[in-house]
Amino acid sequence: MPRFESIDHLREYRRQLMAKRDANQPQVLVCAGPGCLPMGSEEVAAAFREELEKNGLAAKVVLKECGCHGLCAGAVRVLIRPQEITYQHVTSEDVPEIVEKTLKEGQVVDRLVYEDLHTQEKAAYKKDIPFFKGQMPIVLRKLDIIDPTSLDDYLALGGYRGLRKALMEMKPDDIIDAIDHSGLRGRGGGGFPTGRKWRICQEVEDEPKFIICNGDEGDPGAFMDRAVMEGDPHAVLEGMIIGAFAIGASKGYIYVRHEYPLAVSRLQLAIEQARESGFLGKNILRSGFDFDIKISRGAGAFVCGEETALIHSMEGNIGEPSPRPPYPAQSGLFGKPTVINNVETWANVPEIINLGADWFANIGTEKSKGTKVFSLVGAVNQTGLVEVPMGTTLRQIVYDLGGGLRQDREFKAVQTGGPSGGCIPAQFLDLPVDYDSLQSVGSIMGSGGMIVMDTSSCMVDVARYFINFLYQESCGKCTPCREGLKQILFILDEIIHGRGQEEHLGLMEELCNAMSAASICGLGKSAVNPIRSTIKYFREEYLAHIRDKKCHALVCRPLLKYTVDPETCTGCLACVRECPVGAISGKKKMAQEIDQELCVKCGLCYEACQFEAVKIE
Amino acid sequence: MVWKISDETAYDTLGDEVRLTINGVTIRAPQDQSLLVTARQNGFEIPTLCYHRDLPSEGQCRLCVVEIGEHPRTQIVNSCTYPTQAGLVVQTHSETVVQSRRIVLELLLARTPKAKLIQELAAAHGVYESRFKTDDPEELCILCGLCVRTCREVVGVSAISMKGRTPDKQVATPFMEKSSACIGCGSCAFVCPTNVIPYTEKDGIRTIWGRDFELQACNVCGNYIAPKYQLEHWAKITGDPVETFCVCRDCR
Ligand SMILES: Cc1cc2nc3c(=O)[nH]c(=O)nc-3n(C[C@H](O)[C@H](O)[C@H](O)COP(=O)(O)O)c2cc1C
Ligand code: SF4
Ligand code: SF4
Ligand code: SF4
Ligand code: FES
Ligand code: FES
Repeated sequence: MPRFESIDHLREYRRQLMAKRDANQPQVLVCAGPGCLPMGSEEVAAAFREELEKNGLAAKVVLKECGCHGLCAGAVRVLIRPQEITYQHVTSEDVPEIVEKTLKEGQVVDRLVYEDLHTQEKAAYKKDIPFFKGQMPIVLRKLDIIDPTSLDDYLALGGYRGLRKALMEMKPDDIIDAIDHSGLRGRGGGGFPTGRKWRICQEVEDEPKFIICNGDEGDPGAFMDRAVMEGDPHAVLEGMIIGAFAIGASKGYIYVRHEYPLAVSRLQLAIEQARESGFLGKNILRSGFDFDIKISRGAGAFVCGEETALIHSMEGNIGEPSPRPPYPAQSGLFGKPTVINNVETWANVPEIINLGADWFANIGTEKSKGTKVFSLVGAVNQTGLVEVPMGTTLRQIVYDLGGGLRQDREFKAVQTGGPSGGCIPAQFLDLPVDYDSLQSVGSIMGSGGMIVMDTSSCMVDVARYFINFLYQESCGKCTPCREGLKQILFILDEIIHGRGQEEHLGLMEELCNAMSAASICGLGKSAVNPIRSTIKYFREEYLAHIRDKKCHALVCRPLLKYTVDPETCTGCLACVRECPVGAISGKKKMAQEIDQELCVKCGLCYEACQFEAVKIE
Repeated sequence: MVWKISDETAYDTLGDEVRLTINGVTIRAPQDQSLLVTARQNGFEIPTLCYHRDLPSEGQCRLCVVEIGEHPRTQIVNSCTYPTQAGLVVQTHSETVVQSRRIVLELLLARTPKAKLIQELAAAHGVYESRFKTDDPEELCILCGLCVRTCREVVGVSAISMKGRTPDKQVATPFMEKSSACIGCGSCAFVCPTNVIPYTEKDGIRTIWGRDFELQACNVCGNYIAPKYQLEHWAKITGDPVETFCVCRDCR
């Protein structure tokens, strides 16, 4: 890799690179993203290497291990270019057949392609699969194309073009204007207008200034940011370099959570490549601008993703939030003006500069521009990463992309925005997803978690699950969040154990009001969403627990009643052997009976009975 | 980093005076001074638990919250760290503010039912009983952090800090052992609003944070001044001989 001495030099290098590359060359792209890697991406890639070698195709076919292909439910995925045939659930044993049939004979291996659950129709090409059809990848665009360890791959797809344009054709103010005009809002939670944040920081007369990329991603189950850092690390760097030039920062940090070692090594490699090629360091592309990036590894607590806590922890202090103002843009890292943005926010920047603010502003809704990446999980058929234009409806995401609910169960709610998001009921399925509409129904965009729930979920139990998580993660600094979460958790436990009272609902609402008004940081302020939304939309369910002592979803064990149906019971005594407290009695080969006083509602009898004679109500 | 909010102690050095309204009254106050101080200087009462004029505020208790802005775009902020700015419209007792304070006090009353200060403050806000659950009826610490800040900012030794998360958070010495950094000055116990920090003096020995400190008697009157260790610490940081500190204030 040369060190680029000028824009022309870079342009010339890219021209030669493109001339060397044949767009029709066969490529095997093995997904090594967060979902596929643990399912055996490395073995699959190794098998391809061996098989290609064996067939004398090693020089002819390009083999790459790349980032998340999106439809993680089909791990391990393999994409064959240029046809864009996508295979799923690939193991190393399938590899010889793929090489033989697809690479040599140009045919599709039918048994490895996507199959529609309802119509049983098969689809081999990416363009024919509904999951991909409804998407508009900007941030995820390169993930299933490039080898994340190759700067050439990034350059070939137009990488560092945005930076080139920013440094050569634009002044810092133009860049901020463009970001402002594009309508880009923070993808890490709050949705604050990115351009405005940059401007505030640029205008502070203090030096040095810092740039931080927030890669803490603490939401349980979320992996959007991880997929981007691992799959397209240069996009994050390029965004940061452009931002640094715009606000006049000399140093940048990427704060990556401790559990993401692969993201760290990919970013580290990308940083070294960028330094070597003159995209980072002194006098970037001979523009006179100096900037460098370092990786900072996070300690792991959820609250460390909050910007002030993150900064404190980077400074070596306790990772607890502090009241704002001052905002980091005014006084951040080491008391200096600091722009902190989320991974996905940064990854959007190069394309906005490259393709123009208008292009971006044309995508999305009035107040939410561009696309958003969601990690779609839960009770849907097709789980994975999706990127859709803002304004796409929940129904489209759940049914078109997600392929509907598993086992055709009934939709109950979708929870957006991570643990402190609200649960949105079926009546809002046609809601266009953007910052403001999600807020209007009591939820948040958050960083893009999306958990779909069917009727087997109990909303009281769901609320308890999230509150318990938030309670455990509350830093304990301020009274309303620390004590409020504890009391809400206590009340929910009372309800789940059949000791709830109707006043409890009002009491929780009072707590929510104080927490959302008076907590220091977003954790305490937004922790109220799961409670408020479930009380508002699923009040009947709370009342069933409180008044009738019933959990209709059959989730809250203490409220369940296990009985033996004398008609079906064969008296095999399987349940008697399993019951840990000896609550089941009766004669052999006769119907058994459960002593309700002794029963601890563990459900072991239910699982033990092969004749479905144990009933739950 | 603690936001450098100017306090009344630095009144003279403050920059421009700005105009703002509090509860409908227009007042003038130095820009960037905390809203709490501005309000109090002008006779508006705001309750606090974690504020101390000699310490940087960190906003733990959330009792000092006020509502700023105009309907419908208002916001609740804690006045002890929020800077006074031109044109601000502040309400110290809006309905949301009063409700939040009540809930905060009710929560604290459940946490520390026996703390006299909390009982009194809660009663002053119309809260006589808590509807919430108490875990440990003997708990007294309200986690205001005054002790930790005093030890760090005033004493300058950072012998204690906040450990843990959630309501289990507690003030502690490193590794929960006797702290070698503690100089036995007792400032933390003195500043604590609910008198939680165990502190005894007997036969010329002061015990605090599990450590015994031999007290130095005044060379003139013989009354105990402070732990010898503390005086040695002073001698070390000032460069003066230890003897300078062995005469009590009254006898100097
Ligand atoms: C409890 C809590 C956790 C957060 N975790 C993250 C996180 O993991 N990643 C992130 O980018 N932002 C997180 N945020 C939001 C950040 O505070 C901050 O708003 C964001 O990084 C700003 O970047 P953006 O404007 O690009 O979204 C969190 C906020 C809170 C209150
Ligand atoms: S709101 Fe919760 S997490 Fe945030 S500072 Fe307060 S106690 Fe800590
Ligand atoms: S007694 Fe020890 S812990 Fe307390 S303020 Fe003094 S030095 Fe700090
Ligand atoms: S020990 Fe006292 S001063 Fe320290 S945090 Fe607890 S209540 Fe506040
Ligand atoms: S990780 Fe392989 S498809 Fe998402
Ligand atoms: S006095 Fe301001 S938060 Fe405690």
